[in-house]
Amino acid sequence: MSELIHRRSKLFTFLIWVFVFFWIIAAGFPFLWTMWGSFKVQGDFFSKADWAYAISGLRTQIETGSSFTGDGYHGAWVTKSFWQAALNTMIVVVSVVVISLTLGTLGGYALARSGKKYAFYLLMLALVFRAMPHITLVSGYLLPFFEWNLWGHLPTAIIVMVAINQPFTLWMLHSFFLNIPKDLDESAMVDGCTRFQAFRRVIVPVMWPGVITTGLFSFLLAYNDFTVTATLLNNSNQTMVPKIASFLGTTQVEGNVMFAVAAVVSATVPLFLLIMFFQRQIVSGLTAGAVKG
Amino acid sequence: MKNRTFFWFILPSLVAMILFIALPIGSVFIQSLYIEHGAVLKEVKSCGPFGCKDELQIDVVATSQLKQEKPLGKFNGFGTYTNRNHLAVNEVRDAWGSSSNWKIYFSKVYNLPFYRALAFTLTYTFLVTPLVLILGFCIALAVNSLPKKLKGPTIFVSLLPMIVTPLIGSLILFWMIDSKGILGASLQWLFEDPNLSLKASPTLTWIMLIIYGVWHSAPFAFIVFYAGLQTVPSETIEAAMIDGASRWERTRYVILPHLVPLIVFISLIQLMDNFRVFEPIVGFSAQASATSLSWIIYNDLAGGEGTFFGSAGATSVLTILGVAVLLIPVLIRTWNDFNRKAA
Repeated sequence: MSELIHRRSKLFTFLIWVFVFFWIIAAGFPFLWTMWGSFKVQGDFFSKADWAYAISGLRTQIETGSSFTGDGYHGAWVTKSFWQAALNTMIVVVSVVVISLTLGTLGGYALARSGKKYAFYLLMLALVFRAMPHITLVSGYLLPFFEWNLWGHLPTAIIVMVAINQPFTLWMLHSFFLNIPKDLDESAMVDGCTRFQAFRRVIVPVMWPGVITTGLFSFLLAYNDFTVTATLLNNSNQTMVPKIASFLGTTQVEGNVMFAVAAVVSATVPLFLLIMFFQRQIVSGLTAGAVKG
Repeated sequence: MKNRTFFWFILPSLVAMILFIALPIGSVFIQSLYIEHGAVLKEVKSCGPFGCKDELQIDVVATSQLKQEKPLGKFNGFGTYTNRNHLAVNEVRDAWGSSSNWKIYFSKVYNLPFYRALAFTLTYTFLVTPLVLILGFCIALAVNSLPKKLKGPTIFVSLLPMIVTPLIGSLILFWMIDSKGILGASLQWLFEDPNLSLKASPTLTWIMLIIYGVWHSAPFAFIVFYAGLQTVPSETIEAAMIDGASRWERTRYVILPHLVPLIVFISLIQLMDNFRVFEPIVGFSAQASATSLSWIIYNDLAGGEGTFFGSAGATSVLTILGVAVLLIPVLIRTWNDFNRKAA
């Protein structure tokens, strides 16, 4: 009897391994495949004859003389000036993260320490704001921005993204500040600090773990954004994601889809590094809202 | 905290939210009541070799002047809401009168752009959300029983589909299922149909988008459930084992009830996020077979056929109403939580 249970659980363990194996393939293989394929020519990555050419790089060898080629990357970064989009993305993302966190820490701290009913109403309002589809908000900006000549500038997109990220930032930082004991800043105030001094001298030094986690998510929101950057920026100061979207039409016609593939892989690399270095923070941030209620 | 101090602390982020979230919600409503100016026409005498006649011509100067003076357009009331591209009141009524059965009626209504988008948005939202919950829960259970050394790398790979930019993620899958890509070619080989194309069939496109949605969001559910599993009290599980509960019974009667709050949390977040599905439609170039509410707003604003603020505004207001319906349970839950904590 006990042997039967044992045997069945062995089978069960095996099934679990198979399941996890399939999930990992589903989650990771597309990235690996596209990265590998980005060093091939289009005839290999989109091979009519046999997809195995993408592995061996037969056509790549015929066309370029070696089984790997950086043509796609050269085309995207130099010919199509993807570097400019990358630079714009960097400016936008860094500004959004810094401004969001500055506003968010002040607001989140106030919401965590207020204890008044209106603080709760504000949090509820932020929740409503968070649920608004971004494109509905954008359709409200577009006309005034055209009229006031604010359209097409990086600072406009930055401020809009900061505002759109605020509800989320406030919620997250608010829950982090709740975990910092009240006694800390209150004892500083007993010693004669004003609220702001207490915040600056006592809370700021201990808040970094929460701020870093929130910052990671602000980074992702800004980096992954398509809606705001695609509608509020013009062709000359586009960021990476709308640039890739605009590649789709043009490269398909010109027959250099590999430029888009290379650009996609390039844009994935920073995200890859981000998970590598901050996996623990990302996991804790995802669960912060949920597990604590 | 004193009211005054609170005010100064919250002010910057409040101003940002009011300016760029609250006001736009109001301004899309106002925008939706207006419609673009028609061209101003003027009568000119045009004389050719066969005599003179009166002709109507577009008065470019007057048109642009009118646009400059009233950029919103002319007042249209709720006309935009009821026209063919939105609620299509007349068309829906006609379809009702002229259809002999439900099937014809639905196919007629489905041909109207707004209802098409609504159909896909709702299908996507209410299929992806439960599938994400189920898949995420299974992955969490499976990963939880892995040896410790493998957990880290597994979580690392699992995070990829969620962290990666939605547009990029959908493009990566799109290239793979291209008829010349690895998955598309394999499927053709598998079904022995060299003309099989996932892009050509509306049903397959919908399935593809839903699979993308599950792939993209399952890691979120997985991580949350996985963290929840760490908090299941081991005494309860041991007690259940001593009482002879099987693995399935332990999962069903001990673990699952413990995770109910997380299930609620994930489904609420997922409902909100899936309702605004947009990027995958761009990434998969699926607009011929599937459009979403967000996508038709985007198309009105940046679709290349001109900018239709009134139309985009009306769809936005309708979308916001939809979000409001989805939000009610979230608000009730948060409200109750708060009052329970306060009590």
